[in-house]
Amino acid sequence: MTAITSLTDKDRIFTNLYGYQSWRLDAARARGDWDNTKALLELGQDKIIDVVKASGLRGRGGAGFPTGTKWSFMPKEPKADRPNFLVINADESEPGSCKDREIIRHDPHKLIEGALVAGFAMRARAAYIYIRGEYIREAETLFAAVQEAYDAGLVGKNACGTGYDFDVFVHRGAGAYICGEETAMLESLEGKKGQPRLKPPFPAGAGLYGCPTTVNNVESIAVAPTILRRGAEWFSSFGAENNKGTKLFQISGHVDRPTVVEEAMSISFRELIEKHCGGIRGGWDNLLAVIPGGSSVPLVPAKDIIDCPMDFDGLKGVGSGLGTAAIIVMDKSTDIVRAISRISYFYKHESCGQCTPCREGTGWMWRVMERLRTGDADIGEIDMLQQVTKQVEGHSICALGDAAAWPIQGLIKHFRPELERRIHERTGRPGDLAPMQEAAE
Amino acid sequence: MADAPQIPDEAEVRARWGAFAWSDESREKRNAILARYPAGREQSASIPLLDLAQRQVGAETQTQGWLPVPVIEYVAREIGVPYMRVYEVATFYTMFNLAPVGRYHVQVCGTTPCMLRGSDDVLAACKNKGLVKGKTTPDGLFTLTEVECMGNCASAPMVQINDDNFEDLDYDRTVTIIEALARGEQPKAGTQEPGRHTVEPLGGPTSLVAMMSENHDYRPEWGA
Repeated sequence: MTAITSLTDKDRIFTNLYGYQSWRLDAARARGDWDNTKALLELGQDKIIDVVKASGLRGRGGAGFPTGTKWSFMPKEPKADRPNFLVINADESEPGSCKDREIIRHDPHKLIEGALVAGFAMRARAAYIYIRGEYIREAETLFAAVQEAYDAGLVGKNACGTGYDFDVFVHRGAGAYICGEETAMLESLEGKKGQPRLKPPFPAGAGLYGCPTTVNNVESIAVAPTILRRGAEWFSSFGAENNKGTKLFQISGHVDRPTVVEEAMSISFRELIEKHCGGIRGGWDNLLAVIPGGSSVPLVPAKDIIDCPMDFDGLKGVGSGLGTAAIIVMDKSTDIVRAISRISYFYKHESCGQCTPCREGTGWMWRVMERLRTGDADIGEIDMLQQVTKQVEGHSICALGDAAAWPIQGLIKHFRPELERRIHERTGRPGDLAPMQEAAE
Repeated sequence: MADAPQIPDEAEVRARWGAFAWSDESREKRNAILARYPAGREQSASIPLLDLAQRQVGAETQTQGWLPVPVIEYVAREIGVPYMRVYEVATFYTMFNLAPVGRYHVQVCGTTPCMLRGSDDVLAACKNKGLVKGKTTPDGLFTLTEVECMGNCASAPMVQINDDNFEDLDYDRTVTIIEALARGEQPKAGTQEPGRHTVEPLGGPTSLVAMMSENHDYRPEWGA
């Protein structure tokens, strides 16, 4: 069977994505949410995990770890004083990402129902939904939706009449990108600075309050009930092998009509943009480069991306990654060095300060990037910057250091001539008269 | 956070805020917040309680609110942890203001997706209306901050003003919003693009069109 890479409305999970209809419980029920959830739970924990495994669902938060497998790491017999916890990562802060916001403000009951199903499968006593602080109105909606679910007996004591007690709590952050990292999120949930923990121990062993914990992205959780209702085969009929399912793509930047849209995995970049975004601003010849998975992944030049399948393996094949499927499109009017330098500033701003290579390196890299932007640099500094990114990469507790290094590596790999051009323009080509020196004072 | 303003523990700050206590409304919210965490884990409430306190300070000063040292001390006593444990939280997270801000805290997103769609014009509009980055206007109305990605990338560029987002901005739309706020009006939040509902493609959705007119149930089509 060939993989389906183009989606029709009947196979879309987030049907109220654009918020044309109400997010409230009665409207969500009319769309099919909370429809005999009891029957889903009656499948039993192991069966639920098996279905999610068979569906091929991979984590939607960026790393792409198989979701069902992750759930299976949780202790099968939690102790009374060490309950299992589910933490749902709604700290959506990756530049370019804006999908969880649409789920939360327009389809919150998909998330809450998913929390119950996933929490039950991993034998959790409660779910904490950690929503980023800046999503103020979105959090208001989520608080209200959770209250509706409590009032209707869907969560809380004897959730959905199954005899299973399960609480859902909403916790608001207060503005720190790093709290999207799972262990930083746990620290933040415990009321501390969001500085990542060393692993091991992994959260499934010792997470929130030292108890076994699984951290999942909003989208991974919210699709679970539909997968159970429609079956693993349905979900895995979309997308290439190893890249199954449907996915919310977020397209920003220089397309005619930026949008968030649910599509089949492995759809080609060209089809995605043509079908939903009205094409590239100024036509396909005007495309310069694309950051396909949020700011952390390296950019891909136009020629490599146009026919690339938008999935984990396809984008890995062009030296980048799917990340959160936050696609930042840049046309030829873009000051590409500034675009990446602004990302470097972002990481400098968001480094939590715990590990020296990241704390010092992000600031250093940004300062050099700013000089490269204006050409106020020496040719040799391009290689020096490349070297420093290698010293930051892999030398910090969490992946923020890597995320700061990769966009710069992508820029140097694909746009070195542009960097050199700027330096030459400012300081003159080799063989030209040496530039006028300036006195140090 | 090196450019964060340093507010010393001044005598007048202590005189003004030394007697800070929850209002009746805040106390109710405080109880609801503490109920979310297991007994003995009250520290988990540090962020929500700081937010609640900042909002109460805001209500008392007719601004977005900030966190004077005595208020942070009050929150620390509430959850039974050393002052420093709460102070370091207040300084770590960007949404806590450590110095007074204006009536409206104008937070312009300047990260790459917004930059590509014209956040420079939004900042230029703010500047031409007299707003200066990191400062409050002399009339106490506006404080301008450039912030990092706010997660509205498909309707960029955007600005968050207190609790509301204004999306799909350009120079003129930004000016219109600032002028409306200055007149004491509350402009419509969300996208400023005429004809756009939320984040569907401009001109109408390319998917889920049936949802525009009715709360469509797609389940009968599942088998097809």
